[in-house]
Amino acid sequence: MEFNGLLTATVFLPLAGAIVIAALLRSGGKVHLFATLVLLADLVLSGLVLSLYDRGGAERFQIIDRFNWFGEGAIIGSASFTASYHLAVDGLSAPLVLLTGLLGLAAVLASWSIQTRVKEYFVWLLVLQTAVMGVFAAQDFLLFFLFWELELVPMYMLISIWGTGRKEYSAMKFLVFTILGGAFMLVGIIAVALTSNLATFDMTQLSLMGISSSSVVPVGLIFWFFVAAFAIKLPVWPVHTWLPDAHTDAPTAVSIMLAGVLLKMGGYGLIRVCVGMFPELEHAQTYAWVLAVLAVVGVLYGAIVTLRQTDLKRLIAYSSVSHMGLVLLGVAVGVGGGTLFGSDSENVAGLALAGASMQMFTHGTITGLLFLLVGLVYEKAHTRYIPDLGGLAGRMPLIACGFLIAGLASLGLPGLSGFVAEVMVFLGSFKAFAWPTALAAFGIVIAAGYILWMLERVLFGPRKERFDLITDASILEAAPAVMLTASIVVIGVYPSLLTDYFGAGIAHLSQVSDLVSAGK
Amino acid sequence: MTPEDVRLLSPEIALVGLALLVILLDLVVKQKGLLGLLAAIGLLVPLGLSIWLWMDVADQPDHRLVGIFGTLVVDRFALFFKFLVLGVAALVVLASSDYARHVREHRGEYYGLLLFSATGMMLLAATEELIAIYVALELTTLPLIALAAFLKTSRSSESGLKFLVLSAVSSALLLYGIALVYGFTGSTFLSDIARQAAFLTEAGEIFGGSSALLLGVVLIIAGFGFKISAAPFHMWVPDVYEGAPTPVTAYLSVASKAAGFAVLLRVLYGGFEVFQLDWQILLAVMAAASMTIGNLVAIAQTSVKRLLAYSTIAHAGYLLVGLAAIAPTTADGDTSGPSSVLYYLGAYAATNLAAFFAVMAIANKVGSDQISDFAGISRRAPLLAFALALSLVALIGVPPTGIFIAKLYIFGSALESGLLWLVVVGVANTVVSAYYYLRVVRTMYLEPPTSEGAVPTSASFKLALGVSALGVLVFGFLPGPLLRLVELSAGTLGATVVEYVGLLPIG
Repeated sequence: MEFNGLLTATVFLPLAGAIVIAALLRSGGKVHLFATLVLLADLVLSGLVLSLYDRGGAERFQIIDRFNWFGEGAIIGSASFTASYHLAVDGLSAPLVLLTGLLGLAAVLASWSIQTRVKEYFVWLLVLQTAVMGVFAAQDFLLFFLFWELELVPMYMLISIWGTGRKEYSAMKFLVFTILGGAFMLVGIIAVALTSNLATFDMTQLSLMGISSSSVVPVGLIFWFFVAAFAIKLPVWPVHTWLPDAHTDAPTAVSIMLAGVLLKMGGYGLIRVCVGMFPELEHAQTYAWVLAVLAVVGVLYGAIVTLRQTDLKRLIAYSSVSHMGLVLLGVAVGVGGGTLFGSDSENVAGLALAGASMQMFTHGTITGLLFLLVGLVYEKAHTRYIPDLGGLAGRMPLIACGFLIAGLASLGLPGLSGFVAEVMVFLGSFKAFAWPTALAAFGIVIAAGYILWMLERVLFGPRKERFDLITDASILEAAPAVMLTASIVVIGVYPSLLTDYFGAGIAHLSQVSDLVSAGK
Repeated sequence: MTPEDVRLLSPEIALVGLALLVILLDLVVKQKGLLGLLAAIGLLVPLGLSIWLWMDVADQPDHRLVGIFGTLVVDRFALFFKFLVLGVAALVVLASSDYARHVREHRGEYYGLLLFSATGMMLLAATEELIAIYVALELTTLPLIALAAFLKTSRSSESGLKFLVLSAVSSALLLYGIALVYGFTGSTFLSDIARQAAFLTEAGEIFGGSSALLLGVVLIIAGFGFKISAAPFHMWVPDVYEGAPTPVTAYLSVASKAAGFAVLLRVLYGGFEVFQLDWQILLAVMAAASMTIGNLVAIAQTSVKRLLAYSTIAHAGYLLVGLAAIAPTTADGDTSGPSSVLYYLGAYAATNLAAFFAVMAIANKVGSDQISDFAGISRRAPLLAFALALSLVALIGVPPTGIFIAKLYIFGSALESGLLWLVVVGVANTVVSAYYYLRVVRTMYLEPPTSEGAVPTSASFKLALGVSALGVLVFGFLPGPLLRLVELSAGTLGATVVEYVGLLPIG
């Protein structure tokens, strides 16, 4: 038993806040303020987690909270296992914990205009925050699965009550897809726990030992069960269809959380489990190619479909499909590992994986910012239909400025954070998949097209008459945008702030022989 | 009967005594509400006696006591089901207090019949002799038929009649199976049958002998298939469940099913272990069919009670997965399949009772069990709505609820038995089931209420609902104690089959 307490506090503070709101507070303005304070405190805690993580230290997993949960000698199948309450972070998850804190605060600040069923709304938002934090911090498969599924209920409620358009359809679609993924994961988890030389739910031990044999189900099949679970969440083409619907119909804050951190659960799972726990995978090279092809199809398909979107939110949602394809490309390189490279000296899989992790973080901040701004535009212009908008820059310079920065970061302008991530992925994957990488890079060209075209149609050009009296964002509304913009610029200018962490995390993954300290 | 026999039978005797007492008191007591209270408190007596026997059994060399010419077996397996049945009966009796207004006249009989039926269930799990099993089964079923028709409305009478006819058919199948088995093995005791079956199979002396025996096994499984409401013997379930008084439906769906699984485990593991590869495939197919039919048809339901009826068919399927998981998984040759079934039954009992109780209270108030009439109930009765939502979400098998751990356990056992296809079917069904369970949750929380007014409930109902809802969470968060209990209980299951030495041919 070890107990540091910091991670437990970070994960469960929002839940405690939710209980306080549900039980003690009356509906009214105080609820907004209280929820904001809770998530502000949570952001501070998650920042503390990142800063206390010693990336040069010998221990991979730090800030550990662990005690036996149940199963002293309990038997499921032949495996006598113990499930533990085990929270810890490594270089991979610590920045994602911070990302969750950051976007959680942005989401709650974007929710000040919520007027209907206020109490319930903030309760669900805070529960969601706990679930996502828990996924990144849990190091026991059962606990991981618990948080993974816990996230469903608040998401379903948030979309179907406070959403717009076909909200109930979208919420149900989201739910069914996610439960399907969870079902795959569950079979994988059981199969791993039953394998007699592993016989544990502990993710840190599994990362250490690696899943190389299995007594009940072929290892390759277990691998694909996990891939399926995480691919639905990421989402990977062709199981991405829930994403545009969910994004379009969700309230602004939920879109921020969904794009910002929920998709990252999929990418995180792919790297943590599919890359990190299967060191001696047979046919790794073939699997890697399959994933790489899916990735490239996702990047190009997402980008091309984005070009045709007329709803601002749908546009950003499809661009997410495209950008998440790059994460999968990095993961594909990681899965193939050494088998993809002629000699060990050429192995730059670590760079690709660090790039994929960077892409997750930067996409989280960039897309979070974009959804935040779209939410503001929608609130003021009452439409998200692009042909109806135009010339907003003159009336709302603050929003336009944020939009411009987020858009440019999204298309990969050097000096902003998106660029760093994309370059790292491409550098890492080119040696292994020359053609797919070249094609994926073409997706970036299309991205420049749809982003600039979108900015032009929304912000510039002649202003429609009915927007003559439209107002800019207030200081309160702009605060989360400023916060996210700052992080985009700072990371773009000084990427080793994060790449040092991700590099340290990736270096511990068993498959990556070349311990790349990425970003140097 | 020796005094020892009386001691071994004491929980059942106490229960029957309690039932008679309640019926008699009904004649003299004016305050009818006291009857339910008496029945609930009185259940502590058989419970205490069962605990006493549990302590006693632990000291025995092979952890079992046998009485009444070998027909009554008291081992941990039997005692586990005594605990389960008594617990469920107590909760149903407590929760009936609000509902009993509908049965103003014969309230004593209502409680009495519930308790008689519980006696039958306890005996079902505690015998290894086919005739005794049959008698116990009838003792279980006949009171339930009367209870199903208790409301004397046309729906309720139809429900009772259907139940009666179908029970008769299933009993006939069962008896025919028993007759075949007796004809070819010369015994109605499971341990003798096991010996003889092993002998016949190995020696192959009687041509077609083991095939005819196998037919007997199939008929017995079919007979019990009705009791556990597994497809393709599930047709009666929705109609009976819908028409019967809701507390009775809750009781049927939990206790009756548990007893059915208990006796199926006894018979299959105790008597026909040699044929296990034959019945494994049979049960696996039944499991897949039950899960799929139950879940798919549930989607189309508009009545909550019918929806829950189809849901119990699906859950019978999940439970059968555990029955089909026969691979020995421990060093001493034990299988984890039976213990996973016991865990599932425990978790399922708490969850399903909570769901039915909440539905009962809400439907009582809104005067209908249509899903659409549950709209906005979260505003009118937040706690009831929360309890129903919790139990419905738990029925999907989402952590941290009891059924999640149970499913983990059952699917794990099945994977070890090489039933990957069945696990995939089961997991896919879990996804399907989420759709219709959550549809109810959505109606309660998202749609505007159609009328106003809180839903008042009595204290004893609140207690019953609270205990079962607590069970949903406790079995999920702290599964340790129940896991140990079911492993102890299922451990004694294989003990009936002694070594296959000294085989004697018939005659």
